[in-house]
Amino acid sequence: MSTKRNPGVEAREVHGFFVANWWLILRRLSQLGILMLFAVGPLLGVWIVKGTLASSMTFGVLPLTDPLMLLQSLVARHMPEMLGLVGAAIVLGFYLMIGGRVYCSWVCPINPVTDLAAWARRRLDIGKGWALKSQSRYWVLGGVLAASALTGTIVFELINPITMVYRSVLFGLSWGLSLVIIIFLFDLFVARDGWCGHICPVGAFYGLLNSSALVRVSARGRSRCDECMDCYAVCPEMHVIAPALKAQGEATPIILNRDCTACGRCIDVCPERVFSFTHRFDQRLDEPSPPSGADHVQLKEVA
Amino acid sequence: MANSEKKGGSGFDPKRRRALKDMATYCVGATAITAFLAGLGGLSRSLPAATLRPPGALPEREFQSACVRCGLCVRDCPYNTLKLAEVGDGPAIGTPYFIARSVPCEMCDNIPCVKACPTGALDHSLVKIDKARMGQAVLTGRETCLNMQGLRCDVCYRVCPLIDKAITLQMTHNARTSKHAIFEPVVHADACTGCGKCEKACVLDETAIRVLPIALAHGEQDKHYRRGWEEKNKAGKELVPGVIDLPDRMPAPPSLSKVPQ
Repeated sequence: MSTKRNPGVEAREVHGFFVANWWLILRRLSQLGILMLFAVGPLLGVWIVKGTLASSMTFGVLPLTDPLMLLQSLVARHMPEMLGLVGAAIVLGFYLMIGGRVYCSWVCPINPVTDLAAWARRRLDIGKGWALKSQSRYWVLGGVLAASALTGTIVFELINPITMVYRSVLFGLSWGLSLVIIIFLFDLFVARDGWCGHICPVGAFYGLLNSSALVRVSARGRSRCDECMDCYAVCPEMHVIAPALKAQGEATPIILNRDCTACGRCIDVCPERVFSFTHRFDQRLDEPSPPSGADHVQLKEVA
Repeated sequence: MANSEKKGGSGFDPKRRRALKDMATYCVGATAITAFLAGLGGLSRSLPAATLRPPGALPEREFQSACVRCGLCVRDCPYNTLKLAEVGDGPAIGTPYFIARSVPCEMCDNIPCVKACPTGALDHSLVKIDKARMGQAVLTGRETCLNMQGLRCDVCYRVCPLIDKAITLQMTHNARTSKHAIFEPVVHADACTGCGKCEKACVLDETAIRVLPIALAHGEQDKHYRRGWEEKNKAGKELVPGVIDLPDRMPAPPSLSKVPQ
């Protein structure tokens, strides 16, 4: 089986299941955990977070509001209450600091769906499909804001699959969930990473908050790279890797592209452990390993 | 690219052409998306008459520009009155509403649903629940209402949180028996909050009194209409001096209805 169809096999053989899936497991726990913080209220009567990802209230004191939602409301000519403005400011500040697209890979409930579609797509060897440009999403975002302004409604909420999933879990099943199935099929058969990587205006918005992200992935071990291409195969935004991985000499090993969602999947699947999570100012590079005979066991002993 | 040649004379530059083509594609795409979403937005704007918005809700148009569909009002409603709309329920998907005949609004003094709203889709300037206008009750079933048959049901009147203000019983002659009275429940728009307790309480299988959206129930006089008698009071004098007020012609036999002075 080619590695492209099943990236991460080598990493699993060398480092074991948990190391080769560590960040993936943490991410799934994060996505599920955040949903559970909302869901233990209606399910068990233990109220931690009320509301949905659109706007919520934690322990009756911490208001959080999706800033894109509020932006649509503003262009629809409605001035929101202080509660919503404060909530949006908190969310905005948080993601500006750690990196907006952390939302995409660690919070958004659609991520597991599109990840599953991408996985199935690789296994079925479906190929790239419809080659949308990665900046298409900004035009979608523009379209959403324009439509909000034209109609005076928060227009993306009519089809927002993210809040649709949350409402379905928290307030009862909805036909809106069929949108999620459509997205799955779109990503599976039409375009690789089509929704999250090319269309979703929420991702586009959080991408705009991602330019100053503190949490970044570094290719600090790039001298060890043996070009197995597993990281490219698994990355939902594959154009972000090359500048850091293929850079020469002292050039930064940090993946600075704002499309990077900091999902950490490249860290998992790399048998050479080239990548690691760090902050954006970390310029350290690993020493190049001896040119020959340096297998993984020896590397471990050296370390 | 360093070795890309300039074809000055012909004016054809493949790179530029591709860039222009991409730009055109984006513009068409963005316009299509805008039109699609705008169409959806337009479609979702009507509110069926049987569905009511929570207290303090902005007029439907503005409500759609404000509500983020988070459900915080639903969560803070102590009587489980409010629901988030599902496809097919009528109101725009995910927005809060209630159906009076199922669970009416209990008109909490502290209005928790309004306080919970983070966006002001439920207007925070509503602090007295009596000022809420979720709709207006209308005796739509005048033919089926038991009181209108001359019976004393009075249930809608008794359950009204603003009894004798929002609903009064107006006594008229019962022409059928010609010796009894009819106590007609009459709704007064200046006091009715549209809570729907009357609609919920109506003893008929199919309710005779319904809360309707104010725009449907109430009608509206032309903006330029003035009521002469009110203007006269405001001015404190005749608006048109020298008009002779001839005596009105009274109905011939004395009747039970009140004679205007």
